[in-house]
Order: sequence, then structure tokens, then C-alpha cells
Amino acid sequence: MGLRPPDAARLARFEQTVLPHLNAAHNLARWMVRNEADAQDVVQEAYLRAFRFFDGFHGSDGRAWLLAIVRNTSRTWMQQAAKGDSAAEFDEDQHSRFCPTAGPEAQMIRQSGIDSVRQCIEELPVEYKETLVMREMEEMSYKEIADATSVPLGTVMSRLARARARVQNCLLVRAKEARA
Amino acid sequence: MTCDAARELLQPLVDEELDLTQKVDIETHLRSCVGCAEYLHNLAELRQVIRDKAPYYRASEQLASRVQAAVRASAKAEARPRLNWPWAAAVSLAAAAAILWGAILIRSTAAQPDLLAQDLVAGHVRSLMANHLLDVPSTDQHTVKPWFNGKLDFSPQVKDLTDEGFRLTGGRLDYLNGRAVAAMVFQRRQHVINLFVWPSARAETNGPSAIARSGFNLVHWNADGLAYWAVSDLNAAELQDFARLYEK
Repeated sequence: MGLRPPDAARLARFEQTVLPHLNAAHNLARWMVRNEADAQDVVQEAYLRAFRFFDGFHGSDGRAWLLAIVRNTSRTWMQQAAKGDSAAEFDEDQHSRFCPTAGPEAQMIRQSGIDSVRQCIEELPVEYKETLVMREMEEMSYKEIADATSVPLGTVMSRLARARARVQNCLLVRAKEARA
Repeated sequence: MTCDAARELLQPLVDEELDLTQKVDIETHLRSCVGCAEYLHNLAELRQVIRDKAPYYRASEQLASRVQAAVRASAKAEARPRLNWPWAAAVSLAAAAAILWGAILIRSTAAQPDLLAQDLVAGHVRSLMANHLLDVPSTDQHTVKPWFNGKLDFSPQVKDLTDEGFRLTGGRLDYLNGRAVAAMVFQRRQHVINLFVWPSARAETNGPSAIARSGFNLVHWNADGLAYWAVSDLNAAELQDFARLYEK
């Protein structure tokens, strides 16, 4: 049985504005939960949630809106998966000691292999990782990231700076290991 | 400009988040500061490496069809209870409808509060099971209320009744009765109370009325054009106390 016209129109609008961002949704989920089968489940769950809340979406950027939902769904999923083992609470200060490298040796990272880059990003604390993925892969603005991750703009900036510094350090360490 | 100040601006510079004045300032500084220029160079290098070498995980065709099918199924499931058969009845039985129609109306109005009650209980249970009790964990009503702004097209009243033994623990968005609603969460000893709020069709204010469904107690009232439903496994008397305090 078909849908009544308003419901069919709502579905069509959803399919036009939100469905096309499936790659972005999958990419973010895949980085966050770090495994393909779980990423697929998270994406499906996120889309169903997005559809339920679609009436509340009045913006023009379906992608940023969807990614906020994907991010929350991934987080919920990760909390459930982590239940039982006592994962340390994320503490911004504890992770703040990394200083971005300034020096010619940082040139070494240019030679980094795909696996190193993937692993160095994958190992980031999730707060840094989601911020980095949204900025570097989805090219979202600070404001969009702040909205999607529900933190102030300043936190986005510091997380992004620390994420980059960590990846840079990680790549450097690996480059040196490879050389030794 | 000091190097510390400059470095604060280098990340926003590469992210194109600076205004023109800041941009001019930093570029002036960069011309005279080798350290900062090198830092910027490394940053650009890192971004390039990430762009070139970090995998971008595209969705498979199979995931695309799976997601689309799931959304369509959910669209149908959502539509079914409120339309399918009343529509079919109205269209095909137009002539004989007078009596039948009356019966349908009576049935559906009688059925609706019960459907809503089931929906509310389901929302309450879901919030406890799905580890999605709170979107904004806060015991401060001045944090919870603004959080709802911009997420909903109405502004629910948020009250802290800690002194009366009902501690506010936070809020979240939920979906009920065909719309996004505010859910505020309170704790009374070991019992969680979900207070669901959405704009009401009725303008008048009326006091609490209580029902019980599947072992849960529900208390309902209207105020200022909003419908309030409190759902909990707390006993009926205390839940009504909660409602009376909240309504005041």
C-alpha cells in the first residue's frame, strides 16, 4: 500500500536532502567505531533516527545535520560496547601536553605510508578523531563542527590543534622507527 | 605580535577561519618569523599527507540499498496506524458510510489516548534500555532549558524539584505522538521519571489526571498550551505529588 501524499513528499524530501550524504555518514561512523560491520549498523540506525527527527530539520545543510546524528549514534554505540570495561573518562587536560613540532625533521612525515596515516588517526581519542574527520575529510567549518559535537568553538579549535599535533608526532615516531 | 599569539592563529589560518584583519596581522608576522613560518609549513604538510593518504571510507552499494529500504519501511510503519484503513474506508464505502463512519470515529477517539499511553510507556522504557536517557546531562534547570531552544519549536518549562526529592538529571529529545518532543528526566530514589512535553491542541489548563499502563504510572496535565506527561515506575501517589509540584 502506498503512502498518503504528505508522507510520500516527506520521504522524497528526505531521500533528496539526506540520503545523498551516505558516504560522509559511513566514513565518519567507520572512523569512529573502527570496524565495517558495526559502522554499517550505526549508519542504518542513524538514518532511521534522522528520518524520525526530519520534521525538526529546517536548515539547508543536510550533511552537517546528518553527521551530528551519526556522531551521536556512534558515541552511543561505543558506550554500549565499552560497558563492563572501565574505559577512562576523557580528560581534555590530560591530553594537552602535546606540542606541535616545528623543525625540519617534520618533513619526514611526507614519506608516511597509507597504513601509518590510517593508524595514527585511528588511535586518536574519539573526541579528537571526530573533530579531525569532520574538518579534514568533510571540510566542515568550526561552527558546524561545534554544533555537530555540542561543544563551544574554542574546544573545537583546541581539539583540532591537539589532534593534528598527535598525528604529526605519531607519524614522526613511525618515520624514525622505519629509518632505524 | 608574539609567537605564542601567532601560533594560536595558525590553525585557524589554514582552516580559513580568520577575518581579514587577523589574516593581515599574521601574514606580517610570518614574513619576519622563521619559526612560525616553519610551523605553518609543517602544518600544511601534515594536512596534505592526511588528504592524500588517509582512507575515505565510502559506503557500499549494498549499504545504500539497505539504508534506503530501512527508511522506506519506517515511513510505511509510521504512516500505517493513522491512515491506512480509515482512508480505505472513507473512499470505498462512501455511500454506506454515515453509520459506519460514526463508529470509526468513536473507536478511534477511544483508541487514541490508549495508543498515546502505550507510546509514552514505550518511550520511557526505550530511554532506559537504549542507553539514551540524556542528551544534556545537567542538574541545572538553567542549562537544560536553553539546550532545548533551537532544537524544538516550543520552550518547555524546566523546574528543579531537588528540595522536594525529585532531582533533575537532564533532558533529551525524543519522538512521540508523531513529533519531536522534549523529555526531561528526574530521579526519585531509584526511580526514573521521564517528563515528556509538547505543544497541546488544547488551550485550557487542566490539572493532573492519572492512569496506569503495563505496570507504569502516567500522570498528565496541560499548562500554557503545552501537554505534560510524566511516566515512571514510581508509585502513583508520589508521581501525582511530582505533577502537582511541577504544575505550581
